[in-house]
Amino acid sequence: MTKTIKQISLFAENKTGRLLKVAEVLGREGINIRAFTIAESGDFGIIRLIVDKPDLAHIAFKKEGFTVSETDLIGIEIDDTPGALRDIASLFSKGNINIEYSYAFIGRNQKAILIIRVSDLENVFTYLKDKGIHLLEIGDLL
Amino acid sequence: MPYWNPEIETMDQKGLRQIQNEKLVKIVKYVYDCSPFYKKRFDEFGVKPEDIKSIDDIGKLPFTFKKDLRDTYPTGMFCVPDKEIVRFHASSGTTGKPTVVGYTQNDLDAWAESLARGMTSINLGTDDKIQVSYGYGLFTGGLGIHYGSEKIGAATLPISSGNTERQITLMKDLDVTAICCTPSYFSYLIEAADHMGCSIKDQTKLRVGVFGAEPWSESLRKRIEERSGIKAYDVFGTSELSGPLFTECTEQKGMHIWADLFLFEILDPETNEPVKDGEVGEMVVTTLAKEALPLIRYRVGDLASVETAVCPCGRTHPRLMRLKGRSDDMIIVRGLNVFPGQVEYVLVKFPEVSSHFMIVIDRVGELDSMTVQVELIDMASDKLDDYYKLKSKIEHELQSILNLHAEVEFVSRGTIPRSEGKAKRVTDNRKYQD
Repeated sequence: MTKTIKQISLFAENKTGRLLKVAEVLGREGINIRAFTIAESGDFGIIRLIVDKPDLAHIAFKKEGFTVSETDLIGIEIDDTPGALRDIASLFSKGNINIEYSYAFIGRNQKAILIIRVSDLENVFTYLKDKGIHLLEIGDLL
Repeated sequence: MPYWNPEIETMDQKGLRQIQNEKLVKIVKYVYDCSPFYKKRFDEFGVKPEDIKSIDDIGKLPFTFKKDLRDTYPTGMFCVPDKEIVRFHASSGTTGKPTVVGYTQNDLDAWAESLARGMTSINLGTDDKIQVSYGYGLFTGGLGIHYGSEKIGAATLPISSGNTERQITLMKDLDVTAICCTPSYFSYLIEAADHMGCSIKDQTKLRVGVFGAEPWSESLRKRIEERSGIKAYDVFGTSELSGPLFTECTEQKGMHIWADLFLFEILDPETNEPVKDGEVGEMVVTTLAKEALPLIRYRVGDLASVETAVCPCGRTHPRLMRLKGRSDDMIIVRGLNVFPGQVEYVLVKFPEVSSHFMIVIDRVGELDSMTVQVELIDMASDKLDDYYKLKSKIEHELQSILNLHAEVEFVSRGTIPRSEGKAKRVTDNRKYQD
């Protein structure tokens, strides 16, 4: 069983009040956000969320009529020091791994958390494991 | 194969023609004698009732139009005194005054008879429970189907439109077997039922739907049948001709139009000449049995074709093939004719979007622009690129059907207004200045 971070993605029209609707569902269901980002593109965008209870969030959003999907992403913890990102980027580059999108934040233990979307998840897992990289699960972020 | 009125429904076509000849001669004389409107119209056109000897002479008669009903508002075209009227209906007028139609008791009986034949032909009968989800009231849909349903002895649920949760609760709890409403409202009911955790397909006894009051496509039929597990049948009618009148039979090969009650012509709208059998043209209808408000060569405004071959079900009457759209639903964008039905035809091919949509027409400078707002329902992707791929695929399909570029705009599920009657499919924001 490979370790991944589950991301919840929501379609949202580029209109006022959309984020409020999303936040209302999360608040009501008692779901806590670890990270979130909005990819915008003209008329619409995608709200991407990492939450403590992704399965519950998925069901709740679906029930509210949202267009929702769940995606497995790679989570890597790195030191919060200059050059740490370079080491990881270099690893990806050498492995010929393309990053579709990525975002980062500082975790509870003051380490940097890197969330990465790749297309070929299985191969990337094998590669990163071989290189001794520790992969995160949602439990590691709580 | 059950028939409601086997003698008439399977009568040989020669016999039917004979009935039509006799009834046409009679109705022409009747309207001339009873309605000052028709007398004037015939006199101006230079035709006398005695000029009409058979249905071959129909081309000698002048047309009537919706405009005539408006101009003679409210009852100027009626052929009976008020005391013989037992019911009025009225259709909402988009241009101001409503159009009023009236019925004698015989008119109501013939209307119910027409539907009883059709409903029997799709195996509805005393064992059925029929949910009438068309609006009741001045709209002819609800009461029309209601009387047809009672005539065949079905248990009739006059729920009318609206209150979607109650529709689904009663459908389930009463073991309803058939529903009548607009196809767009039923699409909405399927979604709403799922939302309530009650699958129409798996958790209700619904097996038949009779859908009309707006044009819908064969592909929407397939989608409705797949998603709800029912057989979906088309019904045609319009308030001027009484209301909903003709349904398909189980063959789903066109709606049987009862030749002893109505005479249909399909004409080339340019030349007013009949088109060849099976070709599309404008529907022109003469009522052969109506008393209160008979119509002679009435231009309904729908585009359709008629098939005259005997149906495999054994019925000999002509069949009205799926409507191609209403001439007044048509919008002209950059000089091209666009029917909302064409857009629907494209959208039902994409499971990622719902069948609810809105066409928005704007004018930027001198140029029209067309946007189709589409609801995303099942798009499991976290990548913007996937949305753009879907958008351009739909736009490509629209282009190939419409010969026109239409921009697709994704909106959230539930944002396109659901209609309980006819779906509103077009918002035209163009301002016309002189």
